[in-house]
Amino acid sequence: MRVALFVTCVNDTLYPHTGRAVVTLLERLGVAVDFPLAQSCCGQVQFNTGYRRETRPLARRYADVFAGYEYVVTPSGSCAAMVRDNYPRLGEPAAAAVAPRTYELTEFLTDVLKVTDVGAYYPYTVTYHPTCHGLRMLGLGDRPRQLLTHVKGLTLRELEGADECCGFGGTFALKNPAVSAAMGADKARHVEESGAQAVCAADNSCLMHIGGTLARRGSPVRPVHIAEILASTEGDVR
Amino acid sequence: MTGAREGERARAPRTFLGMPRTRPAAFPQAAVAATEDATLRGNLTHATHTIRGKRAAAVAELPDWDRLRAAGAAIKDDTLRHLDRYLEQLEAAVTAAGGHVHWAVDAAEANAIVTRLVRETGADEVVKVKSMATQEIGLNEALAEAGIRAYETDLAELIVQLGDDLPSHILVPAIHKNRGEIRDIFRDRMADWGRPAPAGLGDRPAELAEAARLHLREKFLGAKVAVSGANFMVAESGTMVVLESEGNGRMCLTLPETLISVVGIEKVVPTWRDLEVFLQLLPRSSTAERMNPYTSTWSGPAEDDGPRDFHLVLLDNGRTDTLSDQVGRQALRCIRCSACLNVCPVYERAGGHAYGSAYPGPIGAILTPQLRGTASALDASLPYASTLCGACYEVCPVAIDIPEVLVHLRTRVAEGGTYTVRGTKAVIKPAKGHAAERAAMRAARWTMDRPRAYGAALRATTGTRRLHPRRLPGPGKAWSATRDLPPVPQEPFRAWWRRTRGAGS
Ligand code: SF4
Repeated sequence: MRVALFVTCVNDTLYPHTGRAVVTLLERLGVAVDFPLAQSCCGQVQFNTGYRRETRPLARRYADVFAGYEYVVTPSGSCAAMVRDNYPRLGEPAAAAVAPRTYELTEFLTDVLKVTDVGAYYPYTVTYHPTCHGLRMLGLGDRPRQLLTHVKGLTLRELEGADECCGFGGTFALKNPAVSAAMGADKARHVEESGAQAVCAADNSCLMHIGGTLARRGSPVRPVHIAEILASTEGDVR
Repeated sequence: MTGAREGERARAPRTFLGMPRTRPAAFPQAAVAATEDATLRGNLTHATHTIRGKRAAAVAELPDWDRLRAAGAAIKDDTLRHLDRYLEQLEAAVTAAGGHVHWAVDAAEANAIVTRLVRETGADEVVKVKSMATQEIGLNEALAEAGIRAYETDLAELIVQLGDDLPSHILVPAIHKNRGEIRDIFRDRMADWGRPAPAGLGDRPAELAEAARLHLREKFLGAKVAVSGANFMVAESGTMVVLESEGNGRMCLTLPETLISVVGIEKVVPTWRDLEVFLQLLPRSSTAERMNPYTSTWSGPAEDDGPRDFHLVLLDNGRTDTLSDQVGRQALRCIRCSACLNVCPVYERAGGHAYGSAYPGPIGAILTPQLRGTASALDASLPYASTLCGACYEVCPVAIDIPEVLVHLRTRVAEGGTYTVRGTKAVIKPAKGHAAERAAMRAARWTMDRPRAYGAALRATTGTRRLHPRRLPGPGKAWSATRDLPPVPQEPFRAWWRRTRGAGS
């Protein structure tokens, strides 16, 4: 099977190790990965901030770049939700056509590859934050948890108020900093109270906010994308 | 008590509508105070989390909840599509039952109609059932200016009124107050409005309720005129339906001689069969009850029981404008259950007052900018008062896709466009203060749409990685005041791919 990786602009710029983890993981599972270099950004920030006109060219580009692929896989719940839920609302037929072929990584693993044990090893205690767009727009349900519970060595810790938003919200974090920070502080406190060594999610945007809040508090809990956990094997951990 | 003081007390010192003393702050600034007030945060978190859990349990009892919800949405949509027809049917039915129907295009007209109707009875005071529509139009303030006192009879509204405060929640207007604060308000202020609080009043709920009961009973028995809203108006029979928990509403609908009801035009439901769906959806969503304690239905004056005179004021006030917006119109399905407030993480931190209208929380963020427009800084900021987390949509009993409407209204703010304003098509300009943001969005799109430029931008970012600070100056401060920035990596993903896999694909 051959898939296209849509790495997202945030991961391309700030979290390349997440993209590399996706490649490692998928190739280990026997999937051939293409990375079309003409890809850039899905336009989520523009769309969600009200700039529909600025979104359309990016949606058309996405449709162009990924038109030939049966599966487009992305390690971002919110970008997958942007493509799947919002592209059909843009009045761009090509973008609407590619929307249903776009998968968030964990749902691609469980629904298309039909695996829950990806052969990973990660000897740490971890708590899982189900991001809002993954939870409520994509309806990921317990897919990521199923994958995590099959990781050898991993101890999963419950997260109080797990389904509550972390307060990131894209430009919300900049436009409403007081409320965003108050939400982030509560999320960070719950993460710390879980007793986990790492907090994981299927979206680095939320983790940037949660991790940045934890770091500012001087917390040792580190943010880690679920792809990096799933890609990790015994050879990677000394 | 001096006459001057009396006049001052009769006029609420703060108001959502009418003439605010100062220009209301935009949401982000208005929310700051609440996020810093530990008592308020505690009150709100406790109250919203309690009702949140109860609602989930009450809804889970019904195996067909999803279908009920879909039915509720479908009935509302059908009614809105043929609203003109149902409103005329309602008018005919109310008139046939001996009531009088008045049409009010906006708040000023509605207030003028009610003021005139009260004056015609010769009364200088009215008792009120809790009503969102009368808050929306600022009726109490308008009546006060005409020398008419309006007494709120809902317990929470009474607390708000006695405290010179504003409601901060649709269902629990005094959600921001705890028992101790309520006791103090009753003790200090009840005497200004009528029967004083009993001596030595404590803060147990039963004591507080008894103090309110004694205070209000005098109002009910003396009142000649009652003002109410309605949860629903049944078109086929001209029946007004009021749901409440305390029984005060029923007193208002039976004891006074004249009843004046101010009702938004979207409150009409075609038939009693349709009503049945909402009588299941509403109590479970709002108070987490299978059935609410008091459901009053009122189909016009009767010979020897209840009010002799009934006036129905049908209020537009921006609703037909909202109806003309294909995406935004779903907000008119709202049955004011307040479930969306109770699950909203932003409401929980910001409190209800920051939304600057009678409608706080997610529903306020989509309704107020449609009813009032997006011209003021506050109203233009409301669609952005959300992380788009979708918790509101998930619980809404009439399936209003609140995030979809929020984004739609953001587009109205950021890009402008053609919208219906007071019944005529008008071109709305992009809101002021978005110029820098617009330029940034355009520049980002320009770069992202050009692979060479995008690649150069990535190289520039990683090439200067050692220079990137962990805290930002200027607008970036909004981020880095409370959060560290992630370190910039050595090479972007695409550079790694090129280096290890070549330029292929
Ligand atoms: S928008 Fe939906 S959830 Fe919110 S008050 Fe209205 S009906 Fe209830």
